[in-house]
Amino acid sequence: MGFRFEDAFVDGRVETPVGSVPRVHSRIGSRDLLGRWKVRWGIGRERYRVAPGLYALGSPDGNAPVLVTANYKLTFDVVRCDAAGLDAWILALDTRGVNVWCAAGEGTFGTEEVIRRVTETRLSQIVSHRRLILPQLGAPGVAAHEVRKGCGFSVTYGPVRSRDIRSFLEAGMKASPSMRKVHFSTMDRLVLTPIEITNLLRPAGWAAAGLFLLAGLGPGIFSLGAAWDRGLAAVAALGAGILAGAVVTPVLLPWLPGRAFSVKGGLAGGVLAGCAVMWYRGALDPPAALALLLAMTAVSSFVAMNFTGATPFTSPSGVEKEMRRALPVQAGLTVLAGLLWVGGAFLR
Amino acid sequence: MRLADAACIGCGMCEEVCPHRVFTVAERKARILDRDACMECGACAMNCPARAISVNPGVGCAAAIMNGWLSGSKPSCGCGG
Repeated sequence: MGFRFEDAFVDGRVETPVGSVPRVHSRIGSRDLLGRWKVRWGIGRERYRVAPGLYALGSPDGNAPVLVTANYKLTFDVVRCDAAGLDAWILALDTRGVNVWCAAGEGTFGTEEVIRRVTETRLSQIVSHRRLILPQLGAPGVAAHEVRKGCGFSVTYGPVRSRDIRSFLEAGMKASPSMRKVHFSTMDRLVLTPIEITNLLRPAGWAAAGLFLLAGLGPGIFSLGAAWDRGLAAVAALGAGILAGAVVTPVLLPWLPGRAFSVKGGLAGGVLAGCAVMWYRGALDPPAALALLLAMTAVSSFVAMNFTGATPFTSPSGVEKEMRRALPVQAGLTVLAGLLWVGGAFLR
Repeated sequence: MRLADAACIGCGMCEEVCPHRVFTVAERKARILDRDACMECGACAMNCPARAISVNPGVGCAAAIMNGWLSGSKPSCGCGG
C-alpha cells in the first residue's frame, strides 16, 4: 500500500495472545522534528503516515486502555509523546495520513474503520475490557452506539487534545469542561501559517506573471523597462497582501475587529497598505497609491477568508454566506485597482 | 442544526461530543445553550442514539466551498492534515 513505515519510533515488540505487536516509545527525535517541519510547509504531506494497526506504548496488559488515533504521523507522534509514562494500546486507524478532525469530516476516521480495525487486530483477544477511548474531535465521523453494535466495544470520547489524556485517565475517564472545548491559541494559529503560504505559491505565481505583463502597458504600447519596474512594485504589493491575509490576520485573529474573516483580512491588508503608501509617498503617484491600497485590501481579504478552513469554529453555512457577500466586493476592488494602475500609466 | 425535543432521551452524548458547548442536558432533556457557536460538524447528530438532532454537516472552509462551486459537487477541501 506504500506506507512509509518509519520504524525509528518503534523500539521493540510486545507479545500478546494473538502474536506480537510493535512497541513505540514516547521520544520525539530529530527525524520526527524534521518531518513535522516539512509537513507544516506542505512537503511530503501525503506520504507522512504510519502503518495502521495496533501499537503498544510502555508495557500494556489486558486491562490497559486503548487509545484510538489517526495514522497521520504528525498526529501519531503527538499522541505517543503526550501519553508518555502510560501503559496503553494505541490503535491507529487508516485515515490515509489525514488528521483526526479532517478525517472525521471525510468519514475515514469513521464508524466502519473503527469496527474493521478492532476486528482485524483481534483486539477482543488482547484486552479483557470492552472500551475504546477516541479523541473527541473524531466524533463527527463515529457513531458510538453503532461501534458498540458492530464490534462489542463501547466508545468513550476522551479530551479534544491528547495532552490532556493522562489527566483524563487519572480522573477515571472524566473530561473537564475545558478538556471538551476547542481552543485556538496564537501558537496553534501560527503553526498553520506556513501551509497557507505554500498553498498560495502557484496561484500567486500566475498572478505575478499577469502583473508583469500588465505593468508593461503604457503610452508606448508595451515597455520592457516599465514591465520590470512597475511589475516589481505590483508583485511586492501582491506579496504584502498575501502576507497580511495568510500570516498577519491568522496571528491577530481574535484582536482584529469584525466576525467575518474577509473583514478582518481586509482591515489588516488595508492598514498595512496605508503604512506602505505613507512610507513610499514620494515615489507613488496618486492613482498608483490608491491602486495599491485597494489591491492589498482585496488580496488580504480573500486570502484571510481561506483561513476559515483551518479554524475549528467556522460553519459551512456561515462561510458560504460570508463568501457570497465578500467575493463581489473583493473582485470589484481588484478591478478598480487594476484600472487605476494601468490607467495611471497613460496619464503620466 | 435542529433538535427534536420529543425524541430526545437525555443521554448527554451531544453535550459530550460538542467541542463548542452548544448543548446542556437538564432534567433528562438536551437544550441548546448557544446556537451561534455551532460549526455544523455533525458530531452531535452522528452520536445521538435517538436521532433527535439533525445537522447538514460540512466543512466551514472557503476553499472547499469554492471547489464545490467550480466542480459542481460537494464541497471538499482535500485538506491533508
